[in-house]
Amino acid sequence: MSGGMFPAEGVLLDRSRSYRLLREHFPSFVSSLRSHGYTVVGPTVRDGAIVYAEIEGIDDLPIGRTDRQGPGAYRLEHREDAALFGYNAGPRSWKNYLYPAHERLWTARRTPDGFSVESDSTAVPTYAFLGVRSCELAAIRIQDRVFDGKYRDPGYHARRENGLVIAVECGQASAVCFCVSMGTGPGVRKDFDLALTELLSPPPHRFLVRIGSDRGAAVLEGVPLEPATSEDEVAGRQVVDRTAESMGRTLRTDDLHDMLLGRPNHPRWEAIARRCLSCTNCTMVCPTCFCSVTEEVPDLDGAKVERWRRWDSCFTLGFSQMGRTSVRTSGASRYRQWLTHKLASWQDQFETSGCVGCGRCITWCPVGIDLTEEVPALREGSPTEPGG
Amino acid sequence: MPGKGLPRLGVFKFASCDGCQLTLLDCEEELLPLAEAVEIADFREASSTVLEGPFDISLVEGSITTLKDARRILEIRAQSKILVTIGACATSGGIQALRNFSNIEEFRRAVYAHPEYISTLSSSTPIQDHVSVDLELRGCPIDKRQLLEVLSALLRGRAPNLPTESVCAECKRQGNVCVMVGKGIPCLGPVTQSGCGALCPHFDRGCYGCFGPMETPNAPSLLHRLGELGMDRGDRMRVFRTFNAASPAFRAASESAMEDGKP
Repeated sequence: MSGGMFPAEGVLLDRSRSYRLLREHFPSFVSSLRSHGYTVVGPTVRDGAIVYAEIEGIDDLPIGRTDRQGPGAYRLEHREDAALFGYNAGPRSWKNYLYPAHERLWTARRTPDGFSVESDSTAVPTYAFLGVRSCELAAIRIQDRVFDGKYRDPGYHARRENGLVIAVECGQASAVCFCVSMGTGPGVRKDFDLALTELLSPPPHRFLVRIGSDRGAAVLEGVPLEPATSEDEVAGRQVVDRTAESMGRTLRTDDLHDMLLGRPNHPRWEAIARRCLSCTNCTMVCPTCFCSVTEEVPDLDGAKVERWRRWDSCFTLGFSQMGRTSVRTSGASRYRQWLTHKLASWQDQFETSGCVGCGRCITWCPVGIDLTEEVPALREGSPTEPGG
Repeated sequence: MPGKGLPRLGVFKFASCDGCQLTLLDCEEELLPLAEAVEIADFREASSTVLEGPFDISLVEGSITTLKDARRILEIRAQSKILVTIGACATSGGIQALRNFSNIEEFRRAVYAHPEYISTLSSSTPIQDHVSVDLELRGCPIDKRQLLEVLSALLRGRAPNLPTESVCAECKRQGNVCVMVGKGIPCLGPVTQSGCGALCPHFDRGCYGCFGPMETPNAPSLLHRLGELGMDRGDRMRVFRTFNAASPAFRAASESAMEDGKP
């Protein structure tokens, strides 16, 4: 290519090859997303963390910022470079947008001869999700099975179908990351509209761009791109390889199903329960946890009632309440329910693990309970002999 | 207005600051529909018109701190079909239950010029220690939405929706960044009952537990974590000795903070 605009207007890019987007042209990429009618949701710095929220332009991104994570601790820090995506999973996940924490499902109104029901048909926003990590793509695939498989959730389906996924391969792993163990990253292989790899060195600061769909190609129209060089592609692979080698944690997965389900009386469950607050934080930040509760919200004079759905958690007593009592009254039984479902019985239910190795449940547990520590402890000893 | 056949509402005050009763008056937009749905028979904070019982719904604010009040609550219970306690004073004894940890005689002599005029009990106790309570609304003060939910439920004859989960559940649904994990700010949210809308963490402060213990509070584990975050023993004790100091779980927490042998 010799100067000028590439690609030429109206020509769809070749999906079989990759491209180079210089950092200086990134603003025009974000503008293009917006001019194509997308509400762009991406990483922003907010309340001391990198949080997914609506962004208007490149200045909203966490330029030169990163996070330091560990069990029960998260701190925002400055990087030595000006990376746009130099951080790992934060407190929110894309679940906050695809499956909102509160959603009105329908409204009923009293009529002279009974009542009428209106489904909630507010316009579904057309989101462009900017910065979806490979573990998060895996989480979305898992929630697709829950909400968009045999039983379809109309709101989730619409948000997912309208949404544009711009994945970003991780240039670093946090201390709580274990996507390599779960087989979910850090490389992005499928189910994206666009996939970016941020290349910081050697200069220039640039992005390797791969195209996964026609919609992805369409938003690149008018964005100054060049064909990627072989050096760019090698550099991209190196970024992913380096990240894979620096995983903060590991989890052995080959025996999880039978091992965990075979240890319902292991003394470790009680040991965890002494620390576990049953506060629900792990389930709320988990990008795959999907449980909800519905409630009717009537107005005072009884003319109208709304049905709302909100996130629920297997750590509450109400979650397992049958009749007037709760089935899982002990903290041990609630943690066991969560962990065995996430890692074992999820496989029976959805033919996949429920864990993607993002580490959120470790970081955002107020007391830092770490499932990569608890699983090996549960594996130790005989499944039936307490303390054996 | 009497004689309309509407459910009769009474609002009663014991040892308290009136803030929870004020929450009812703060209902603003909903106040007029509410006034049309009930007959306000006895609500001295709002009206000097005082009608006789019985009452279909009684809202009771405040704790029992005098012998006279211990007798008065029996009378109100006898006159009430449904009795709802409102606020930390009524549900756990309130801030004035700090007297339960000290010697009331010393206070009486230190504070009053004529201690002999003061007739008081040595403890502040919640309403449920004296009479049976049908529903309780937590908080200092209570939450307006929860109050309306309870009144609307009682007027329609349905069960009110009052979750007993932790503040964290509500905090996360709102999309707040956890102040304890993100900034190391001590927060009682994990052991405190929801209902406030995670008000304090939303404004970047730790929860101070004004809704009292959640359904399954694990205060020992949180106490340990507060120590790791740098709170000394005295602060760990005091953080549990506020508006719900006398609730069993928070009382046990403050006492164990003093006994755990750590700095």
